[in-house]
Amino acid sequence: MAIQVLLVGAVIGLVGWLAANALDNLARGSIATGFGFLSRPSNFEVGECLIPCSAADSYGRAFLVGLLNTLKVGGIGLVLTTLLGTLIGIGLLSSNWLAARLARVYVELVRNVPLLLQLFLWYAVITEALPGPRQALSPLPNVFLSNRGLMVPMLAASPAWLSVGIAVIAVVVILLIIGRWRRRPLPPLMAGSLLVGAALLAWLAWGAPTALDVPHLAGFNFRGGMAFSPEFLALLLGLVMYTAAFIAEIVRSGILAVDPGQTEAARALGLSPGLILRLVILPQALRLIVPPLTSQHLNLLKNSSLAVAIGYPDVVSVLDTTINQTGQAIEGVAMIMGVFLVINLTLSALMNWYNARIQLR
Amino acid sequence: MRREWVAAAWTVLTLAMASGVAQAGTTFDAVKARGFVQCGTNVGLAGFSSPDSNGRWTGLDVDICRAVATALFGDAEKVKFIPLSTQQRFTALQSGEVDLLSRNTTWTLTRDTENGLHFAPATFYDGQGFMVAKKAGIKSALELDGASICVQTGTTTELNLSDYFRSHKMTFQSVVIEALSEVNHAFFSGRCDVLTSDTSQLASIRAADAPNPDDYVILPELISKEPLAPAVRHGDDQWFDLVRWVVFATLEAEERGITSKTVDAALTSPDPTVQRLLGVQPGVGHSLGIDDKWVYNVIKQVGNYGEIFQRNVGKESPLKLDRGVNALWTQGGLMYSPPFR
Repeated sequence: MAIQVLLVGAVIGLVGWLAANALDNLARGSIATGFGFLSRPSNFEVGECLIPCSAADSYGRAFLVGLLNTLKVGGIGLVLTTLLGTLIGIGLLSSNWLAARLARVYVELVRNVPLLLQLFLWYAVITEALPGPRQALSPLPNVFLSNRGLMVPMLAASPAWLSVGIAVIAVVVILLIIGRWRRRPLPPLMAGSLLVGAALLAWLAWGAPTALDVPHLAGFNFRGGMAFSPEFLALLLGLVMYTAAFIAEIVRSGILAVDPGQTEAARALGLSPGLILRLVILPQALRLIVPPLTSQHLNLLKNSSLAVAIGYPDVVSVLDTTINQTGQAIEGVAMIMGVFLVINLTLSALMNWYNARIQLR
Repeated sequence: MRREWVAAAWTVLTLAMASGVAQAGTTFDAVKARGFVQCGTNVGLAGFSSPDSNGRWTGLDVDICRAVATALFGDAEKVKFIPLSTQQRFTALQSGEVDLLSRNTTWTLTRDTENGLHFAPATFYDGQGFMVAKKAGIKSALELDGASICVQTGTTTELNLSDYFRSHKMTFQSVVIEALSEVNHAFFSGRCDVLTSDTSQLASIRAADAPNPDDYVILPELISKEPLAPAVRHGDDQWFDLVRWVVFATLEAEERGITSKTVDAALTSPDPTVQRLLGVQPGVGHSLGIDDKWVYNVIKQVGNYGEIFQRNVGKESPLKLDRGVNALWTQGGLMYSPPFR
């Protein structure tokens, strides 16, 4: 006990000494400190914005734009990599020779090449192999693929979409309340039809708008529609494929860890293979899969900071520019660390809560 | 790359650990005691600082490092070159990892004050420009509305670019990449319509990296002032004076017509200003705390500013830049040295 107290004291003392020393050295070198720069105009453009942004905004807002870009690639990446990883993990156990071998080759190839190289590869494939915007490929009507990214049509802005969103959220809340009141959720079919019905009603109430915002060539590039930049696509592809290889192994080992006797017993009871997977294997495998899966999810989020290498304006890239323009490296690096700490601890807490729910009680 | 902000974090930590790196006079004494200058340079920019085929560092910025080493030690080889990214450069200087930053760095108010740096006189007056593919048929930067523009992160170029497009009510999409080689790759592969940087750097990239240099043009507009200058950290005026007067010495020598080839003959010149400059009459070294023959050594081993310019970026180099505003003031340029007396 005494040693522990001493140790904690020593660590606190060391950190304090380092901080005091840093401040002292900064003052002696007359280097500015503090977070006051966040409210000053940034005077630089961020390449992709989920919220309106311009060079006239503050460094604080530029930081927020970068953070949202990180969350965008992280959020989409987590969903896709989990789906792809599970699929390949089941593929690894497939009784089909070709499927199992392909899955194995994929896992070994992708898992053993550094992620940074894979990002460079995807970025080079997109910028080098795809044609310029004037010769853009059009795999589907109004969908364009070029070295400027993927352009897809989007529903034109209309108040109808806001009301549809509100209606859906309202119905979900009502369903949750009813479910709690009845001590069990409504049957899926009923809940689903309620949701679709409410959304449809809201849409019809605004005169059922169907106008599309279609991408079209204007000047140098496409305008209109929704655009996914080459940087975003390369980063997403790289992160999803890399992490999926690790998740596949986790899923495979989780399923194999369920005693084969369970499967045999279920088969003896006459359950179909689909039901065996859903009712017997998955509930037990999930308990083993979720904790290591969490750590892969955290890896994906952290690896998203490799975005600077291929020019995706994530939070690290924006703070890099901020550090350079203001010269406040300590504050900038502290913000980068703070952001990833908060995101990852939040995700960990969520996964732990989910893990606790699916444990046998 | 992430490795680089890990490096930035590491320098922050060194800054925290190194107690008293920046006390008055300490840089000068530390360099002298160590026996060589630690000089921060670019990781690779043809004409300014890049290793040649034998692995020897060459370029205009590199020659400034060599000149400082020559003044202090009488030997142009007493330099250790430390290549730095745009992200690393200021923390490396602030934390004492390098003594001198000679790395095509623009002298600005913020850097001179909040970042705790002192800038020696500019060694190259530059301006930001735009490079486009010739086949795009663009003649002026005012035709660039809506273009995708590749730019390297951590430079003053991002700010100038935003200012220029805002003031002309044009829009652009920026693609900001950290490593210069990746920026160039993105531009030459057609990801961006435009590459923007200092024009000297564009000329360097076009000469060294373009698949076919004749396919690209640099637009006539210069959208900013970029005085590229060597920098030292606050806290040692003696060291700052030395770096500053080494740059002046290369200018003064050019103005007096003294080159590395004629410097030996100039020793017997009857002109008292030349005698003072070259240390035939004592004086110029004593006040800086170094040998009186330092200017002679610098000109003999490295050359005057005109020689440094022509050899690295001028007519004798692949960049083929004109002297332009970098000519001496006597020839209508901006290069001017205070008197050596």
